[in-house]
Amino acid sequence: MCLAIPGKIVELAPDHQAQLGTVEVTGVRRKVDLGLLQDDMPVIGDWVLIHVGFAMTKISEQDAMEQMDLLRMLGEAELAVEEVRGYGLEDNGDHKIERAGAS
Amino acid sequence: MTESVAPIVRFRDPQIEMAHGAGGKASRRLVEGLFAPLLYENPGGLLGDAARVKIDGASVAITTDSFVVKPLKFPGGSIGELAVNGTMNDLAVSGARGQAMVVTFVLEEGLPTSVLEEEIRAMSAALRRAGVAMVGGDTKVVERGKADGMYITTTGIGSIMPQVNIDTQSIRPGDKILLSGPIGDHGITILLARGELDLEADLSSDTRCVLPLIEAIAEEAGPGIRWMRDPTRGGVATSLNELARDCRLGIVLSEEKIPMRDEVRGACELLGLDPLHIANEGQFLAVVAPEYADAALNALHQTEGGEDALIIGDVQTEPACAVLVTTRYGGSRIVDMLVGDPLPRIC
Amino acid sequence: MRYVDEFRDPELITKASDEIHRLADTGKHYRIMEVCGGHTHAIYRFGLKDVLPSNIELIHGPGCPVCVLPMGRIDDGLAVARNADVIFTAFGDMMRVPGAHGSPLEHKARGTDVRIVYSPADALQIARKNPDKHVMFFAIGFETTAPSTALTLMRAKAEGIENFSIFCNHVTIVPAIRAILDSPDMRLDAFIGPGHVSTVIGCRPYEWIARNEGKPVVTSGFEPLDLLQSIVMLLRQLHAGEARVENQYKRVVPWEGNRAALKAMAEVFQLRPYFEWRGLGFISQSALKIRDEYAKWDAEQRFPIPNTRVTDPKAAQCGEVLKGVLKPAQCKLFGKECTPEHPIGALMVSSEGSCAAYYNYEHRKAAAMVTSISSVA
Repeated sequence: MCLAIPGKIVELAPDHQAQLGTVEVTGVRRKVDLGLLQDDMPVIGDWVLIHVGFAMTKISEQDAMEQMDLLRMLGEAELAVEEVRGYGLEDNGDHKIERAGAS
Repeated sequence: MTESVAPIVRFRDPQIEMAHGAGGKASRRLVEGLFAPLLYENPGGLLGDAARVKIDGASVAITTDSFVVKPLKFPGGSIGELAVNGTMNDLAVSGARGQAMVVTFVLEEGLPTSVLEEEIRAMSAALRRAGVAMVGGDTKVVERGKADGMYITTTGIGSIMPQVNIDTQSIRPGDKILLSGPIGDHGITILLARGELDLEADLSSDTRCVLPLIEAIAEEAGPGIRWMRDPTRGGVATSLNELARDCRLGIVLSEEKIPMRDEVRGACELLGLDPLHIANEGQFLAVVAPEYADAALNALHQTEGGEDALIIGDVQTEPACAVLVTTRYGGSRIVDMLVGDPLPRIC
Repeated sequence: MRYVDEFRDPELITKASDEIHRLADTGKHYRIMEVCGGHTHAIYRFGLKDVLPSNIELIHGPGCPVCVLPMGRIDDGLAVARNADVIFTAFGDMMRVPGAHGSPLEHKARGTDVRIVYSPADALQIARKNPDKHVMFFAIGFETTAPSTALTLMRAKAEGIENFSIFCNHVTIVPAIRAILDSPDMRLDAFIGPGHVSTVIGCRPYEWIARNEGKPVVTSGFEPLDLLQSIVMLLRQLHAGEARVENQYKRVVPWEGNRAALKAMAEVFQLRPYFEWRGLGFISQSALKIRDEYAKWDAEQRFPIPNTRVTDPKAAQCGEVLKGVLKPAQCKLFGKECTPEHPIGALMVSSEGSCAAYYNYEHRKAAAMVTSISSVA
């Protein structure tokens, strides 16, 4: 149920009725049925998620990149906030307050 | 370390199933539970994949293997080549140099002569490459519908290399696990060649005679070689599990070090197979004492066909009798012997 | 991008883990359920428990379609297969699942024509190639897999292939989650929502969990970074006292789901009034059956079905483990009578089942570490 693999479309069936394509996953090629993507058919070069021989969705490179950016920034926002908190400029009920001038 | 006697495994399965030939747990149960207690004796001792026999004071190694492959021909080889290389390799990893072979053919009625001739030619070429003579054989024919075309059995006899002394009891924590090259090529090639799973990839079987490589490490690191095995059916996981149980120590592998071609990785991912359970026909594993590990690797790297050899792990006290694979992400998992045939999965 | 390795970056894993440690309130004990069997497997495979603080407990949910299939259904399917002209096809996952009279593989050894397929389309192809035989596909899976079965049936109908049928065991995930939440012995704080089911049904179907039950849900991918990021998102919500559905697996899960897939399912399937789930009992409107327009391809209408009901052995506690009430090791049969080699229940034979995952990843390690004498034959 859960084993779905990202693969790149490298070929499309010449007959569009057939809704078939070929995906490649690190050098291995398999025909996949594109029928579930008929509302927004992929083109060659698109990445799709494959499950039991059917393409389930297209993979959005943009969303993937955004996610990587978010992951890279993890912890940075908090570090920045803590630094600022140390200056005693914030009064946040959840955390210890450092008053300006206190040692 | 406390010694304990291995429990006697009795074979209680009511009938033979495909799993009993897959090289994993079921196969082991059959051999240890039925054949060994009733049929096998080992006065000369086991050499691993071969047996030592003393004849008039001289020790020789002897081994046999049967080849049942569908399809008969596949990218990179055919059943005939497997039959020659497989037996030579069983002798080689037992520290023996194959000197002569005999062969039996079980042929299916209706097999085209052209197919048979191709296999004979392939065997002849493999014998020449391996430097061994086929000194005789036997042939039987069975009715149409049996034997999948042909079954081949080869029996090989060889001289024992003096530099090598294989002894699982000499294995110590700290010993290194050496692998000769990328895994999974053969098994995945066969799977794809069957055409049932509609996958295509640029892959070929890795079938070859590994004797030259074994001779190279025997020469340079002989005293440090404790154990060798060719991971055929059941893959690296099965061979190393057998080792772990025999020496009662743990084998710890580093997942990121285990070499495999992208296509093998991709096929395994697509199908949900574990590459460690996939058959290889041209690779070997060795346990080498740490002080000899560099010499062994150098010897291989300088021998044709050995360039990809590397250390993939080592022997440790724990987990005893098991094989552990550590991932770079901090997780680790026990890799067991193959239970039945490797099954593709969707979940 | 290959969409795999990037999401396994060890540095980022450490960052995510640090953030989780920072967010988790040491005074609290968090109980988070991952619904999907694939998530269970990923958690073990990548050793994610080792990078989480000890006060976050991950509870395995019932999202393993092999595990929740009652034994009787396998017997029913195999009863059809025993007809001489029938070729029984199923995914590899089903092959070792024990029925009352053996697993599909054991039936194969006794002469039944049993074949593994990777796709329902492969089963249809076998039907095309064997016009004098009948090919039955034993279909399992949640909404991830059901659309592919549906599309295959539509293709069979369009081509007029009559020697093909489906034995349909597709189930739906939301009723299972509801059954968990209705269970009196369950206390959960949040959900790691299904990843691939959501590519089909989208995220809306989980909104009631947040709105009515007050539990945050984050639909998650399957790579280590996906799961860790999802836990970060859940902790942030819990911290802020919020309960919403969020989509961590954006690169693949559309909020509204896959319309074409839902349409195919609606064309071919309808909901059964009720269906028996292993361990969870009868749940209404939780499974799919084939519509009358496709009756010709419904194995349950073409063949006599014995309707076998097999109860799990009393000692087996598959149900409680499925619901997350018991940990696998707490089942009395775990590791003794029930092992991956001799499975009593499907949770031990399915690679996604929590018992199998626990056995392979945790139990063997623990057992091997404790004694140096162990010699498991």
